[in-house]
Amino acid sequence: MTQLALVIDLNVCVGCSACVTSCKEWNTSGEAGPLSDSNPYGKDPSGTFFNRVQTFEVGTFPLTEVVHFPKSCMHCEDPPCVPVCPTGASYKREEDGIVLVDADKCIGCKYCAWACPYGAREFDEQQRVMKKCTLCVDRIYNEELPEAERLPACVRACPAEARIFGDIHDPESEVSVLIREQGGYQLMPELGASPSNHYLPRRKIHRKIQKDELLRADNPLKKERLPKPSPDEPSLDDVTSW
Amino acid sequence: MDKNDKPQVEVKNTTCYMCACRCGIRVTLHNGEVRYIEGNPDHPLNRGVICAKGSSGIMKQYSPARLTRPLLRKKGAKRGAGEFTPISWEEAYKIIVERLQKIRSTDPKKFALFTGRDQMQALTGHFAKQFGTPNYAAHGGFCSVNMAAGMIYTFGGSFWEFGGPDLERAKLFIMIGTAEDHHSNPLKTELAHFKRNGGRFIAINPIRTGYAAIADEWVPIKPGTDGALLMAIIREVITCGLYDRDFLVHYSNSPELVNVDEAHKDEGLFVRNVSEEDEIDPECFDPLNRLWWAHKQECALPSHTEGIDPALLGEYALEDGVRVKPAFQLLLERVEHCTPEWAEKITGIPAKTITRLAHEMGIMARDQKIELPIPWTDCWGNDHEHVTGNPVAFHAMRGLAAHSNGFHTIRALSILMSLLGTIDRPGGFRHRAPFPRPIPPCAKPPKGPEAVKPDTPLGGMPMGWPAAPEDLFVDDKGEPVRLDKAFSWEHPLSVHGLMHNVITNAWRGDPYPIDTLMLFMANMGWNSSMNTSAVREMLTDQDENGDYKIPFIILCDAFHSETTAFADLILPDTTYLERHDVMSMLDRPISDYEGPTDSVRIPVVPPTGECRPFQDVLIELGTRLKLPAFLNKDGSRKYKDYPDFIINHETEPGSGIGFLAGWRGKEGDRFMKGEPNPNQWEMYEKNNCVFHYKLPLSYQYMRNWNQGYLEWARNRRLVRYADPINIHIYSELLLKFRHAAQGRRDGRQPPEHLRERVETFFDPLPFYYEPLETQRIDSQKYPLNALTQRPMAMYHSWDSQNAWLRQIHAHNHLYLHPSVGKKNGFDDGDWIWVESAHGKVRCICKFSEAVEPGTIWTWNAIGKAAGAWNLSPKANEAQKGFLLNHLISEELPTDGDRHLSNSDPITGQAGWFDLRVRVYKAEDGEAAQSSPQFKPLKPPPGTIKRPGHFLAYRAGLGLFKGLFGGNNQ
Repeated sequence: MTQLALVIDLNVCVGCSACVTSCKEWNTSGEAGPLSDSNPYGKDPSGTFFNRVQTFEVGTFPLTEVVHFPKSCMHCEDPPCVPVCPTGASYKREEDGIVLVDADKCIGCKYCAWACPYGAREFDEQQRVMKKCTLCVDRIYNEELPEAERLPACVRACPAEARIFGDIHDPESEVSVLIREQGGYQLMPELGASPSNHYLPRRKIHRKIQKDELLRADNPLKKERLPKPSPDEPSLDDVTSW
Repeated sequence: MDKNDKPQVEVKNTTCYMCACRCGIRVTLHNGEVRYIEGNPDHPLNRGVICAKGSSGIMKQYSPARLTRPLLRKKGAKRGAGEFTPISWEEAYKIIVERLQKIRSTDPKKFALFTGRDQMQALTGHFAKQFGTPNYAAHGGFCSVNMAAGMIYTFGGSFWEFGGPDLERAKLFIMIGTAEDHHSNPLKTELAHFKRNGGRFIAINPIRTGYAAIADEWVPIKPGTDGALLMAIIREVITCGLYDRDFLVHYSNSPELVNVDEAHKDEGLFVRNVSEEDEIDPECFDPLNRLWWAHKQECALPSHTEGIDPALLGEYALEDGVRVKPAFQLLLERVEHCTPEWAEKITGIPAKTITRLAHEMGIMARDQKIELPIPWTDCWGNDHEHVTGNPVAFHAMRGLAAHSNGFHTIRALSILMSLLGTIDRPGGFRHRAPFPRPIPPCAKPPKGPEAVKPDTPLGGMPMGWPAAPEDLFVDDKGEPVRLDKAFSWEHPLSVHGLMHNVITNAWRGDPYPIDTLMLFMANMGWNSSMNTSAVREMLTDQDENGDYKIPFIILCDAFHSETTAFADLILPDTTYLERHDVMSMLDRPISDYEGPTDSVRIPVVPPTGECRPFQDVLIELGTRLKLPAFLNKDGSRKYKDYPDFIINHETEPGSGIGFLAGWRGKEGDRFMKGEPNPNQWEMYEKNNCVFHYKLPLSYQYMRNWNQGYLEWARNRRLVRYADPINIHIYSELLLKFRHAAQGRRDGRQPPEHLRERVETFFDPLPFYYEPLETQRIDSQKYPLNALTQRPMAMYHSWDSQNAWLRQIHAHNHLYLHPSVGKKNGFDDGDWIWVESAHGKVRCICKFSEAVEPGTIWTWNAIGKAAGAWNLSPKANEAQKGFLLNHLISEELPTDGDRHLSNSDPITGQAGWFDLRVRVYKAEDGEAAQSSPQFKPLKPPPGTIKRPGHFLAYRAGLGLFKGLFGGNNQ
């Protein structure tokens, strides 16, 4: 069976937030929208976003690492948000594994937000229902779009091409190959939700310079005719005869 | 309207303008409202990607900060009180034309036009020149002119849209002093590919954010000391023999012989090959009549003589006994003392690291050569079968430029890039058309006050590239003619002007008072100023008669900003979705490495309210003022509007060069040069709003010395000459200014009080010196460096009104290393004061391990004045956010009457990263609020009421289209 998911490459994500607002923009006028904003021009503006980027530091100076970490619904294989929903609004699709909210059934009790270990669920303050990433279900099957564009908005927007979309149950898919070859990992797997989204870790390139690589036989300094003493200058050879 | 009704869908391609990257976008409308803005997959610049800002264009379009009506300061109201009366466009034009006509007929320089954006200078500069005022510039002097000048005066090109790193083929990439930059999306894409291909990425920066986060190595450095690092690396590269000798010999002035005879009058200048004198074209600024020392023949021969191998090192004597050294020898002598240990003390980078970096750069460049099977011919007639490259690439930005020692620092970087043999070669640095240009480019500012005449266009370009003291824009006493003192002895090569001194100089009447200041897209009452609090006071300061010291201020902008309150007349501009624009070869086009590219914007939605595109307004003003270029010979109006102007304007009648390069000629089949094509706009619209010309492969590399390319560029009138553009390792051009200061040169000399300064800084070779302000203040009292960085999700103050983007950056913290908190007795999250020799601000601190302990920093332009941008006065931007600019002085501390700009002494670049501060905890009783605070601004007439508690955007329901009312709805 199919399990659609995102693979996010932390090795190239520069934290630009393109995925954050392209998602907002697509979905607010799409099937899952509108995505409201509270106090949009006031104090502590706070709105519904399906995807957020957190940037955090690891270690101490000068060995500090900084990680840009985008996070949205993981579309878990065993999603904790589904069994807790009292109305059945929260459900996982059989055909592709996408976890969705049926806004007509949702009563906004927020149980799912409590159950989700990833903070992927947001309560839309204006509509008073739960909202979350839909993996752009209204784009990926949309035949009015050219085939190459039937991708989640965030995947198309990302300038670093850090977000890859596909079926993690298909071993030949791009996402499966990346996870397998580059050590793709799940966030907090010990919690048992079996998140489908995976992250690709940082891969550092080091370069070791060998001391004997420095000076080559064809060193350009050798081409400079550095001054030599005149033959008229005295030398040892003139005065030693034994 | 039912959610399920099918909307009327329209899709249009245009160009983004949420920053100056100018990606191609595809805009989808539902029932005339913006439904979706995405990257255009067919656009060569961004190929379908789009950033956070571009995706948030909807919130810019429908922002309650939008100005929608021309406004006049209310009669009797004080300037700055924000009291305005809506007027008609006709009234606005009448007021402006009457006032400017008077100025033009008496003293044109009393009209000053300054714009925040460099990417529209072809028209704004044209207008200023036609009007006859010298007082025009964009923001470059405030921003990063050092990067442009330092590199262009060395190898004829620079970064941003002028050129960049070839990450497709590079194997080592070093990014210095860069947080985010406006050429951003392509860099992100290229960097990701580079990393995935196994490239190694090193970031040198006091702070680790943004791009540096994914660097393989972060090298923390003390701000303003990059020059020392680069000099030490140059020394290591030379002493280890890691430089590309062939490249330097053939393509730079390294082997050219310099007169080092101290007694000789021409000491320091290149020796001229006298016998060829009469063959020199008198027009040619940089003739190729130099000498090399031929080792084998043991004599001096003309440079580029075939078959000889010149010396790069040593000292020699000419036939007439004059002692000479190759320029490269002088470079080596200059860097002799720049050991890694010397640099460690200055930069904070361990000597071992500096040595290792130099070795890595040198060995990668030397041993990983690229050879592409591309034949090309050089300017000396030699055919090459291949293009070779050394795969070490750099990118650098404001971290190097925004210092008063930035020019020489960037000269050092340019020289390092040349030593490694990476100029316009695969895997290194590559130019973008119209670069490379001669060193320096041909355009020159006027030479003296005689260029400014009533009712006459300016006698010269408003800005240009001085090559000698004769090119300065000074009077016979050596005093500046321009209001901002650009092109004066104070900073001779101030090629982008000095926006940061305009208001202060106008207020003080030094060099003279003006009448009207017109600002376009420049938030100079806030983040586009240094010394912001004082500048705001200057804007409202009155003389003893009760008149404002700057009598009249016209502001053109799309949004209510901190500066609108200070205007006497406001002209509402359209957003980028509502108008025509050009990204022209005459400006800053969007060329890529493969060839010239220009693009346009076309209106996607009609103008909001009574907004009119600023360019149309400018053309209307030009016509009504009867400026010659806007009239036909019979005095009748020449251009209907801006689109008409773009099609039909030529740089000179019949030149065939216009604003747009694509689809020229009657049939639309010519490019770069050709007759106006009345269907040109339609052609661009049909072609993703972009014209992309791909040069033949044999013209794409080594363009400084590529005969085919230079002749093509000359024929297409990108450049005037097809002479090779040899790299200036040693800059004789700079020396001319030094000689003038020393009295060793005929012609213009600096005023006495500037002699020593010009002599010191106009050094033909780079050198490291402590920033000017640091030399003058008590750096023990102010031990910390303070910087700003550009966030990726905001662009200066352009997005302050954006409901979505402000949720990513609603207020800025002051980031510092925990040791600073410990030393000064405060904790993470505390309110603290940051104080400079000039002022102080209160803000919230945040501990970070990603900053070197001697530096503190914040995001630029996030803090706002209360009520600006039609945000609630309680908004985080005003209450918790803060502006570091209040701490930075636009002038150096001096004693006496003379004022010197706080800038690089060569280019006038604002030294805003030279800022030194101290920090201490706010006292317990103090308000938990940032300081300084300003009286909350009122939104002016024409802005809409802020949405209440909720904003729920959904296109197609008609809720947003009708928000603003007005004639165009």
